[in-house]
Amino acid sequence: MSFLTLKGISKHYGDFTAIEHIDLDVERGEFLSLLGPSGCGKTTTLQMIAGFVTPSTGNILLDGRDITHERPEKRGMGVVFQSYALFPHMTVNGNVGFGLEMRNMKRAARAERVAEALDLVRLNGLGGRYPKELSGGQRQRVAIARALAMRPELLLLDEPMSNLDAKLREEMHIELRSIQKRLGITTILVTHDQVEAMTMSDRIAVMHRGKIAQLSTPFEAYERPETPFASAFLGKTNLLPGAVLRLNARCAEVDVAGTTLKVPHEGRHVQGEVNVYIRPEKVHLTTMGTQGVRATGRITTRVFTGNQWLLLIDTGLGQLSVAQSNNGAPPPDEGAQVGVAWSDDDLRVLQKEGHHGHA
Amino acid sequence: MKQNGFLGLLFNALFLAFIAAPLVVVIAVSFTDKGFISLPFDGASLRWFRALLHNDQIVDALWLSVRLALVAATIGVALALPAALAIARYRFPGRGALTGFFLSPMMIPAVVLGIAFLRFLSLLGLGGSFWALCATHVIIVLPYALRLALSSAIGLDRDAERAALSCGASRFTAFRRVVLPMIRTGVAGGWVLSFIQSFDELTMTIFVATPGTTTLPVAMYNQIAQTIDPLVASVSTVLIVGTIVLMLVLDRMVGLDRVLIGETR
Amino acid sequence: MATLDNDRAGAAPWLLSAPALLLFGSLLLVPLLLTLVLSFHVFSDSQGTLPTYTLRNYLEVVTDPYYGAIFARTAGMAFAVTFLCVVLGVPETIVLARMKRPWQSICLLVVLGPLLISVVVRTLGWQILLGNNGVLNNALQALHITDEPIRLVFTMTGVVIALTHVLVPFMVMSVWATLQKLDPQVEWAGRSMGASPFRVFRRVVLPQILPGILSGSIIVFALSASAFATPALIGGRRLKVVATAAYDEFLGTLNWPLGATIAVLLLIANVAIVLGCSRLAERRFKHIFD
Repeated sequence: MSFLTLKGISKHYGDFTAIEHIDLDVERGEFLSLLGPSGCGKTTTLQMIAGFVTPSTGNILLDGRDITHERPEKRGMGVVFQSYALFPHMTVNGNVGFGLEMRNMKRAARAERVAEALDLVRLNGLGGRYPKELSGGQRQRVAIARALAMRPELLLLDEPMSNLDAKLREEMHIELRSIQKRLGITTILVTHDQVEAMTMSDRIAVMHRGKIAQLSTPFEAYERPETPFASAFLGKTNLLPGAVLRLNARCAEVDVAGTTLKVPHEGRHVQGEVNVYIRPEKVHLTTMGTQGVRATGRITTRVFTGNQWLLLIDTGLGQLSVAQSNNGAPPPDEGAQVGVAWSDDDLRVLQKEGHHGHA
Repeated sequence: MKQNGFLGLLFNALFLAFIAAPLVVVIAVSFTDKGFISLPFDGASLRWFRALLHNDQIVDALWLSVRLALVAATIGVALALPAALAIARYRFPGRGALTGFFLSPMMIPAVVLGIAFLRFLSLLGLGGSFWALCATHVIIVLPYALRLALSSAIGLDRDAERAALSCGASRFTAFRRVVLPMIRTGVAGGWVLSFIQSFDELTMTIFVATPGTTTLPVAMYNQIAQTIDPLVASVSTVLIVGTIVLMLVLDRMVGLDRVLIGETR
Repeated sequence: MATLDNDRAGAAPWLLSAPALLLFGSLLLVPLLLTLVLSFHVFSDSQGTLPTYTLRNYLEVVTDPYYGAIFARTAGMAFAVTFLCVVLGVPETIVLARMKRPWQSICLLVVLGPLLISVVVRTLGWQILLGNNGVLNNALQALHITDEPIRLVFTMTGVVIALTHVLVPFMVMSVWATLQKLDPQVEWAGRSMGASPFRVFRRVVLPQILPGILSGSIIVFALSASAFATPALIGGRRLKVVATAAYDEFLGTLNWPLGATIAVLLLIANVAIVLGCSRLAERRFKHIFD
């Protein structure tokens, strides 16, 4: 049985629907991300799990116990807020030990646990400082230590890294994930940053307009998106509109701008108007005229980003973006005529939204 | 922004001189050794400060003003704080009207308040009562206490409270240990400002005061209306110095521009 | 105590506001209503206030030229004070805004500090300054600018000067608040497009602080129209304004109904001016600050 279950959850504020319908099972020890753009309902979902917001319908079960209407102070979850929400009038020690104080732990035992928590986030020795004397990154660690000091069963993180600069954020991704793995604590992270979600999670729940659009591992979510939204939100992709000509056992034959492409349909019963997707890193430049060239075109834009070259190519199939690793000679310059190739297995097809078929 | 040119600084100096002039003059006059107001004078003396200490009328009025201000400020803050929390944290119908109502004494001319209170108190036969006078002062100072408490409560990080709850604190404990300390300086600043406003209050109190409940400003007004002598000047000097001290305290606590102007960033 | 879910307000806010509400309801609303009622009572020289009703008080105040003169004088005084406060206060605030710390804080303290000192003290200072034997006259005579003392006490000029002193901090406060909201980069943008500093001030800065000037003017006008202590002490018994006239009737002649009438009219005028002008200003300037 899963550790945390959300069943039939919805949340309405008058006319406004924040959460339409959510069913979610989280396993013990798992790191799950709720990923989506602002307004998709991910923070509301987290707040319902924490108890700050009551669901309009549905149940929340923690380890078999129905906690839907339980008050937040009774749930024993560790919460890290986006703004960290440290108590400005208490020292770091006071902040981190607050939860233990609420459990009436004696001073000596408390001090030990606080030191342990600070050690975990590598803030030893800063216990006597006040929040305003700390840097942003240090404050974030205090917030994490405060949540972990209580040894909660569930750790909830609400976009905790959005206020850090890029380099620090990357470091924290790895550090936080290793702490989580070491403690084995079930964790739910809310974020709009798909790189963050993919780096840290065991599974990602992609959310869109108050619903979960896809729930799978990072690799699955990226390689095999199930909806146009998930496909566009996670990473970049090429989108080629087309029409299904025929459905075979494994592939669908799709007409894209006059060319017929064979696209694996993965069991989806697609028909009529569809979109064909291929990731930029799966498209390769080849010399024109060789076997296996799928399309030819002219390079209109060429951008160097350090570890990659990004190219935009006007082809007969439409505009294609290509990402090429920086591990050798630079690609041809803007204006050059090139050919592009890919493996058919890297193509995906999804029904166009709002059109007939299995969506 | 542009720097100030010579003209700007000159204007500023003249302006400051204009503002300071009456106060400087009063302080200067209070050190005269003569029995009447004269400026300049040749001998400086503390005789008028000593006279102040021996003047029963003034001392009684001073003592009354202090007591009155202490009580009014305390009651004012005690009433304003819960109201500020209510207004800052809840959305409810009538919120705007309630806020306006509590802030209205600032918009009503002091003369009108004085007349209204006098009429009310005389109908109830509460003319010479200290507590009745105190109640009128609470009404005058409450808007000031409310404004400061409100700006503190509105600026509060609500997530800090939620963090406390997630740590297992009950609602009351979260309020006591997290919310209250965080708005402490705003509330204290409100108290000091209320004290000052009550102590300084003149126009309304003129109507409501009786021979037994004469505050210091009223006593000084009555004196000045007849004749000005250095005694009033020495009282004024004491008040000016006292106010400067309180001002510095206020500035250190909350920042004087925030107190007087409101929530400007 | 904590609102965590926005749709659960309930009775809590009302319970929290109850004590203050009770006090205000009983000690503010009721007395004001009683005053209104009082203004309709009859006053007889021999018997005092009688519990009968009449409109005579209002008719008297509105038609008697004695009161007409008082209202005119008060309005004139208020306009003069407001004008001076704008002319003096606005430039000063701009100068203040351009100062660097710590000078800025010190000057702000000096300008706004007097608000915390009782008006009696400030007015006493002006009495000493403006008296026939006062500092100002002595200085002017010593510098041979005038031969005889200029009469400033017991004149409207003296009152206007003293009242300006008392109220100009309010103008500074109001304009200061508006200046704080100004984005300094907007000025740079104007300069980058070729406007001279003066041009930038006139076309970019000034229009944006106009709302602050306006609201400051409203406050100053309302406060000077209802001022009591300063006109009473510096203006004397013969220069009556609305507030001192009300005082006269109430505590002098003991004609409470008439005094109440003046008070009610003053209150209505005050509220009308403040709300009316605020509404006007809001509508006109809404597009600048939403």
